[in-house]
Amino acid sequence: MATVMTTELEVQHLPRKEKAVRKLPGVIRAMAIPFIILVAWEALARSGYLAVNLFSSPTLILLKGYELMKSGELIKHLAISLQRAVIGFGLGGFLGLAFGVWVGMKRKTEQYLNPTLQMVRTVPLLAITPLFILWFGFGELSKVLLISLGAFFPLYLQSFLGVRNVDNKLFEVAKILEYSTAEKITKVLFPGSLPNILLGIRLSLSTAWMCLVAAELLGATKGVGFMIQDARAFMATDKVFVGIIIFALIGKLSDSFVRVLEERLLKWQDSFKA
Amino acid sequence: MTAVTALRIDQLNKTFSTNAQKVHALDRFDLKVQEGELVSIIGPSGCGKSTLLKLVAGLDTDYEGNIQVFSEPIIGPSKERGFIFQEHRLFPWATVEGNIAGNLKLKDAAVRKKIDDLIGLVNLRGFEKAYPRQISGGMSQRVAIARALLRNPKILLLDEPFGALDAFTREHLQEALLNIWEKNKTTMLLVTHDIDEAIYLSSRVVVMDAHPGRIKAIVPIELPLPRTRSSKSFLEYRSLIMKYLNHDIEEVEDFSI
Repeated sequence: MATVMTTELEVQHLPRKEKAVRKLPGVIRAMAIPFIILVAWEALARSGYLAVNLFSSPTLILLKGYELMKSGELIKHLAISLQRAVIGFGLGGFLGLAFGVWVGMKRKTEQYLNPTLQMVRTVPLLAITPLFILWFGFGELSKVLLISLGAFFPLYLQSFLGVRNVDNKLFEVAKILEYSTAEKITKVLFPGSLPNILLGIRLSLSTAWMCLVAAELLGATKGVGFMIQDARAFMATDKVFVGIIIFALIGKLSDSFVRVLEERLLKWQDSFKA
Repeated sequence: MTAVTALRIDQLNKTFSTNAQKVHALDRFDLKVQEGELVSIIGPSGCGKSTLLKLVAGLDTDYEGNIQVFSEPIIGPSKERGFIFQEHRLFPWATVEGNIAGNLKLKDAAVRKKIDDLIGLVNLRGFEKAYPRQISGGMSQRVAIARALLRNPKILLLDEPFGALDAFTREHLQEALLNIWEKNKTTMLLVTHDIDEAIYLSSRVVVMDAHPGRIKAIVPIELPLPRTRSSKSFLEYRSLIMKYLNHDIEEVEDFSI
């Protein structure tokens, strides 16, 4: 028994370098398909099989991206988009987490709040957008609120579920060990629901991102979404692609960030190493 | 020196009502446990032995009668009454030492020292930083025991603590528990369904009857420690307790205490 244990522990404490080497083939495999698509796209565009004004080409997009970066236009749009996303996600995510934990902890709160929230949740967000524009105008407020509404639900649902998933038997232990209420929350409830909360953050981030694009496409004078819409009007396909790629990159980046958090915070989980 | 009464239970009654049905779990239950004693409770399933332990732990406060631990009534759960469950119930997100520490600070030098001593006592040196998923069931249960002992419990309540383990690990842990008991002289109340475990460990074995749960007999085990499971006297105790468990009281009336 003892020898099996030590080897198991050793595997987990592998030096960083060795781990990186092991990961390399995986990275290469992941890049294979995108690489083939890019090469084919470039070849088709250059040989004239694809209409360049509609489909652009990887090199044209790259050049356009560089140009937009140099002129500062891209940064300007990106900054305002990020600002909206951060404020909207912060507000909606925080409220989602708070309500989710509250509803999860108290049956009465659940009975009062949950049915209503579940009802609101089923309304497609895009259908509410016109209302938001009517009520809050074309300014920042309507966009931020739309994003927070999108960010609210995934975190609400997951933190609610997370709190409910914490094993009641562990609370019994906490009672016997005389944990204070604060300790029960920070040392049992929070770590116990963390897997769900982190999943909620990931889902919320992606919905917030989606709502941002929707809000900016529907009416804005700044932002990456606006840049895309504006470029479409001028048939600047390469610029549209630059915008799309920026959205994809930031989305992927924020998702990876939460994944790293998961890896750090949930290493105790049995099922994590999938 | 007169022995101090660690646990005193008088006329304890407990009923569960589910829907229209009433289940009499414990009926006029009396028991006295002296300080430093290791008493086992054995009986068929449904005899209320686990219920009894929950009541002493303060996890259930709905009962009639009187329960006192060191002359104090029970109001709710307390770390003075350590509890070992059948499952180890470790916090999966905390390491072995983190689980033992619980809400106490690992950085506190006094706590640190006690935890190190306990890890030695339960034989887990080298596994301080391991997570529960990385260690075996038997090791986990030893962590749970260390967690309870860190709080210097006045009495340790064990609810079929080794029931979920394989036979080999179980015997190993019984020895470990006996070892701890000989060193610390902690008063222990052990609920079990394993006759050998009861005889091997305890100074007295309380045999219970089911529906309603009441005491059928109390058998003092007058064998020196450590006991040999295959010895003649051990087997005699075994068959005596078997008789209590299986047959009517009349058959073994002459053994009553």
